Amino acid sequence: MIETKTLTCVACPKGCEVTVEYEGDEIIDIKGNACPQGQSYAEEEIVAPTRILPTTIRVKNGALALCPVKTTKQIPLEKMFKAMEIIGKKEVEAPIKMGDVLIEDILGTGANIVATRDMPEKL
Amino acid sequence: MLKVKKDLVVIGGGPAGLAAAKTAYDDGINDVMILERDFELGGILPQCIHNGFGLHHFKEELTGPEYAQRFINDIEERDIEVKLDTMVLDVTKDRKVYAMNKKEGFLEIEAKAVVLAMGCRERTAGAIGIPGTRPAGVITAGTAQRYTNIEGFVPGDEVVILGSGDIGLIMARRMKLEGADVKAVCELLPYTGGLTRNVVQCLEDYDIPLMLNHTVTAIKGEGRLEAVEISEVDENLKPIPETAKTIKADTLLLSVGLIPENELSKKADVILDDRTGGPIVNEGRETNIEGIFACGNVLHVHDLVDWVTEESQIAGAHAAKYIKDNFEKTGKCAEVKAGENVSYVIPQKIELESGDRKRIPLYMRVSTPLTAVDINLYADGEKLYSFSEPFAKPGEMISVPLAQKTLDDLDNLSEIKVDIIEKEGE
Repeated sequence: MIETKTLTCVACPKGCEVTVEYEGDEIIDIKGNACPQGQSYAEEEIVAPTRILPTTIRVKNGALALCPVKTTKQIPLEKMFKAMEIIGKKEVEAPIKMGDVLIEDILGTGANIVATRDMPEKL
Repeated sequence: MLKVKKDLVVIGGGPAGLAAAKTAYDDGINDVMILERDFELGGILPQCIHNGFGLHHFKEELTGPEYAQRFINDIEERDIEVKLDTMVLDVTKDRKVYAMNKKEGFLEIEAKAVVLAMGCRERTAGAIGIPGTRPAGVITAGTAQRYTNIEGFVPGDEVVILGSGDIGLIMARRMKLEGADVKAVCELLPYTGGLTRNVVQCLEDYDIPLMLNHTVTAIKGEGRLEAVEISEVDENLKPIPETAKTIKADTLLLSVGLIPENELSKKADVILDDRTGGPIVNEGRETNIEGIFACGNVLHVHDLVDWVTEESQIAGAHAAKYIKDNFEKTGKCAEVKAGENVSYVIPQKIELESGDRKRIPLYMRVSTPLTAVDINLYADGEKLYSFSEPFAKPGEMISVPLAQKTLDDLDNLSEIKVDIIEKEGE
């Protein structure tokens, strides 16, 4: 069955309304995008949407109880809750520097979990 | 009482204060002090752990803590004095700043220039007057964000969110990812107050319903919130009683607006604008009080931190000019007015010598959302220029450049006005 879906491209703040015609995983037509980023965004959105996951990780002996983290690249949207479960079980030790890899290759996605700030030790 | 003299005192160590201090320092002002009430720099950014920051300023996508860390590192690399855990109590119009901290006690700092960068606070349940009981579990979205991302506990299991501002949308996703059942985001208006990308990535990705034209009409529960009643509203935003339905919830998050925090500004006799809730400023972000500047959310509430940075660089650069006695007024003052479908424009006046400036960015918001718009600029009633945009939304600030050359060509300019209206012929 041919379906159409209108997406708001989030590649940049312009937010083009992109209309995609597709059948299953096959893209038939893409309209409304102002640039090629909109084309690839729409294709990905239909076939396999991916996102950066920003969350927190528990810290032992840190100035704060949690350190914010993110995936180093987008991971499949469908893996978000599984990734949250793995990150939720982990505890890391302060001090931490922004960019430190805290979990490698989460769920085989090739994305690492890295700290997004410095976290000094508790004074 | 400890008395010190400083060239520049920056009140607030969030993104606005950090950018203003850094720019002023780089422009040759080496005697800079930042006063921050929290135990660390960064303002609200450390709790905004989501991505989407920095696309304009750094040309890459960062999270809030990363955006803050870059500026914190920049400040640490410079010889800028930072006082943490320090509360500013008073600012006078002759630029004396009174502050207090545990180590030094009461401080008087006499400054050549002051940058106000205190940010904003959230509107609370009290401010919007929801009927019903007053149980625990009714909190602002920003408070929930702090609990979840900094303190380390998720404040509820079954959540309803009132207001579709960005913090509400971000917290809908955040609480869902942390295992809460996020039942709905209710928005009184027929459109969302947040960025489109947040509606897509926070609600649509996780099938969280956005209920436009809906509001909370009752809060139910003793001790802890048990349920909220929501109702559809008519075109006059009045609830329609027969549409009322009850949703079981232990937590109601409020994302119903932000208020610039200007108690200190008022003490210094700074005049505020009713529409923005922040000071009235000229293009250098100087308030009506000479040598007192304002930038960031204390001036007007921004949707993107990137604009806060740009604005704070303007304020920092002009504060530096002022301290170096290189800050001339033309003696003429052109007012910048919000015209049709524009809720406000920053700056509100243009009165400085241009120097080497090429253009003045005018920051503005529309009152109501429109698709296909013409943005028209007028100088004393004559159309200066016009350009089109595919849409304009109240949630997304618009920056319109006003070329210095255009200004130079005008004699005795007294008013610039901007209209944002439906495109002709559509």
